[in-house]
Order: sequence, then structure tokens, then C-alpha cells
Amino acid sequence: MNSTGTVLDADGIRRAVRRIAHEIVESNQGAGGLALVGIQRGGAVLARRIADQIEAIEGARPPVGSLDVTLYRDDLAHRGIQPQPQPSELPDIEGKIVVLVDDVLMTGRTVRAALDGMNDFGRPRAVRLAVLVDRGHRELPIRADLVGKNIPTSAHDDVRVMLEELDGSDGVIVVSGRVPA
Amino acid sequence: MTAETPTRPRNTQPAAWRHTDILDLDDFDVDEIETVLTLADRMREVLDRRIARVPALRGYTVVNLFYEPSTRTRASFELAGKVLGADVITITTATSSVVKGESLIDTVRTMRAMRADAIVMRHSMAGAAYLAAEHTDASIINAGDGSHAHPTQALLDLYTIRKRVGDLRGKRVVMVGDIAHSRVARSDMWGLTALGAEVVVCGPPTLLPRGLRPGDRPSHAESALPPVIIETEIDRAIEGADVVMALRLQSERQQGGLLPSLHEYSQFYQVTAERLKRAKPHHLLMHPGPKNEGVEIAATVASGSASIIEEQVTNGVAVRMALLYLLSGRTDLPGEETR
Repeated sequence: MNSTGTVLDADGIRRAVRRIAHEIVESNQGAGGLALVGIQRGGAVLARRIADQIEAIEGARPPVGSLDVTLYRDDLAHRGIQPQPQPSELPDIEGKIVVLVDDVLMTGRTVRAALDGMNDFGRPRAVRLAVLVDRGHRELPIRADLVGKNIPTSAHDDVRVMLEELDGSDGVIVVSGRVPA
Repeated sequence: MTAETPTRPRNTQPAAWRHTDILDLDDFDVDEIETVLTLADRMREVLDRRIARVPALRGYTVVNLFYEPSTRTRASFELAGKVLGADVITITTATSSVVKGESLIDTVRTMRAMRADAIVMRHSMAGAAYLAAEHTDASIINAGDGSHAHPTQALLDLYTIRKRVGDLRGKRVVMVGDIAHSRVARSDMWGLTALGAEVVVCGPPTLLPRGLRPGDRPSHAESALPPVIIETEIDRAIEGADVVMALRLQSERQQGGLLPSLHEYSQFYQVTAERLKRAKPHHLLMHPGPKNEGVEIAATVASGSASIIEEQVTNGVAVRMALLYLLSGRTDLPGEETR
């Protein structure tokens, strides 16, 4: 039997996004020179929400874009190909402080692929990583600068981030154990 | 909150795709064509980047094996592979052991022994790619086999038309010229009819394939062809067309005696500005290249405002990227998991 639990509800996600936006503005001392890049698809939605919050705080909206990392992954042969990559639409990132945004951080391979991918679009002055959920189980030396919530999980758990723009409602759930295919 | 299973199509959604080789479009269903066209759109975005290079096919080896001359198809496959980070080599008959009499099957096997993952093949003999596919587990991509098929050209035509006109259902697509010897026409017929276009083929009776000539009984068909409208009168064919595709007169494949003279042919079948007035106002003009300007197409038309010939060429790279990427997803080949 698999058990399912909600670890973040809609309010929790909203608060986490707001806090991440505040932390970005605080460490950057404003919204100047920032660019937000969300990893398709969940990260792209979150990046837009973070930009909305930054705009509400600072009155200026940083440029936002999205990046699909499918073609940069190093584990195509293990995962099988992903036949429907999403579009990548990046703002000018040259010389910017780029906040890379993803929904769930686990092995770090997606982030590594995203760093490679961004290289082809320009050279940011620095890259920060913001994630809604850090669930552990890193396989690469990568850590997040901004975390919505740390969730200890087993490697067999399935963490699902649902976002209104994609799924109709907000919530983060953990399905423990192996999920039947 | 008790969680419902999320319905979002996550990165694991299976797309319609079951091919390990690409031989012709007659065994593609609509969903598979859609998979290619959607992916080609993403590849087009990659191709248009300032640095058009991604590592998706790192460690994947593509061999272009060309027994017939080609400029654009060969270059297109080379670029497609390179943009995706694959290793690409090209062998043409003039420089290979083919002149020493090595058979096609031997050559294909030799390439596979050197760990080629995909072999792109062009050959003057219909069925050559099928023969190759039977004798190797490398993916075979048919880049033209005699007068039979040219599926990657057809897919790039579909992609190009789709990008311009959207849904193809009910759109009138007219192919004019040497239908009998055109592998592009054959593959296009399959793809266009699968997507619901009304396909018209037009040419002199001697340049229509057996089975499509006026008065032919169905039993005359040299092979099964999809349902198309036959027209020997160009003005009637072009009437109301959304897309007009001029096809090259393939002098090298003709046995002689099929045409009274080149002059007469161009008089009756050349796609001209005057004739295109019968098409829809915003019609598109295509040609798979290479063109014989002044024969099947007027020079002013080829470079005119309706012409999307150069778009076809650019899109060809994107479509071939999509195909190589889809084929690279095979997990049944030894050594694939170490890529």
C-alpha cells in the first residue's frame, strides 16, 4: 500500500514563493541586474510567480524566461528520450545575476544540464539556484541557495509538485513507496 | 487533502513512436507524424539559436552513405547531426570501396562494425534502404531510393506547409511535373493524405506512375498508392490550390521517349506566374530542389513572394534533427546504455 501525504498546501507554496522573492531581493539589494530562468515546466511557472512577488516588493519586474533541459541531459539512455521538449525562451542573461528556478531538487542532474544549456545563451555574472522543494539524494556537488521547503524522503518516494497553471491546483504531495506504473 | 493522481503530462509521457528505421511514410500513422512535427518545432528553435549546438546525441554516430549525388540532403543530415552533438561522417561512392565492388550489404555491415548508430542512405535502386535495414541493426534512414521514396523530404514538406497554413485537412496541394520518377511525390502523397489534404498530381500521362494514368485499371498499379486526384491539364490542377509544388524533371531516370521535347514540356507544364493566378490568393509555392529553372518552374516564380523554397531547406535540418533524436531513443542496441 502506498501512503500519500500533503507536505505543502496552496498557502504553503504561496508563502514559500514570497519568502524566496524576499531573500533574492535582500541578497541582491533590489531587483537590478537580475534575471529569472525557470526550468520547464514547473520551474518556469515558479519563476514567473517569484518575478510577480519581486515586482510587488520592489515595483520593478526582473526579466523572466524558461529553459528546457531535455537536450542537455546526460541520462537520456537511462531515462529514454523525452520526445516533447518544451520551448526555451531566455531573457538576456549576459552579465546578469541569474536565479535558476526548479520545482524539485533531487540528484542535481537537471541543474547541471540547465547550467550547460544556459552557457549557449550567454555568460551570467553569477547563477543562484532556487527550488520549491529539496528532497535530498544528490548525485552531483550541487546545492540550492534558496529553498522553499526541505523534505526528507526515501529514494523510492515520489514527490509531486502540482501548480495551478499546469494542474489546476497548488500542492506538494509525497507518495511513499514505489508507485505502480 | 487527499491527493488525486496529478493529470499533468510529466516528462514521462510516451509519444507515438515505434520506428527503428525510417524507410517511407506509408507505415507512419497520424500520431507518429505529429510526434515528428512537434519535435521539429523545438529543434527549429535550437537551430535558430546564436550557438546552435546541444549535446543530446553525444556519442551517437551517423554515417551518410550516398551512392547518388546530393548537396542539400547530405549537408542537411550532416548539420542536423552536428547541431545535436553527434559524430557524422559522409561517404560518397567516388571515394569509397564501392568502386572496388564492395556490395551494399558489406558496406552497411562494415559501417555498423565501426559502431555507426544510424546510416543515412541514398541509392539509385528502389528498395536499397529496405535491403540494408534487413542486414543490420543500425538504424537506416532512407534519403532517397531510386524513384521510390524520400520520407525525410516529405516530412519537411509537411512541417513547412503546416507551419504556414496550420491544419492540412481539406487543403488542396498540387504536385506538378515528373510524378512517375519522383520519390518526393510518392512519399508526399502518403504524408499529405494521412494529414487529410486533398492531393492533386499533375503531369503528362507518360510522367504519371502506372496505376495513376488516365484509363488505368486499378490492377495496373505498380504498387499501392494513396488516393489522389489525377489531372493532366495544369490549369485545371492549379485551380483553387493552397499549395503548388513543382517537381524536378528527372532526366537521369528517364528511359527516353517519354517527352517529345523539353521545350514542349515547359510550354505545357511549367509553373508560371500566369498559371499561379488560378491558385488561391495566398497560395504557397514549393520545390524540393534542385530546380531546373525555365523547365518545370519559371525563375521569377521560384524567387517570387509565394515561394517558400528556402524555408523548406532550413526546416529540413530541423526535421532531420527530430528524426535522429527519435531514433537515438532506441534501447535495444548493444552498448547504448553506456552512451
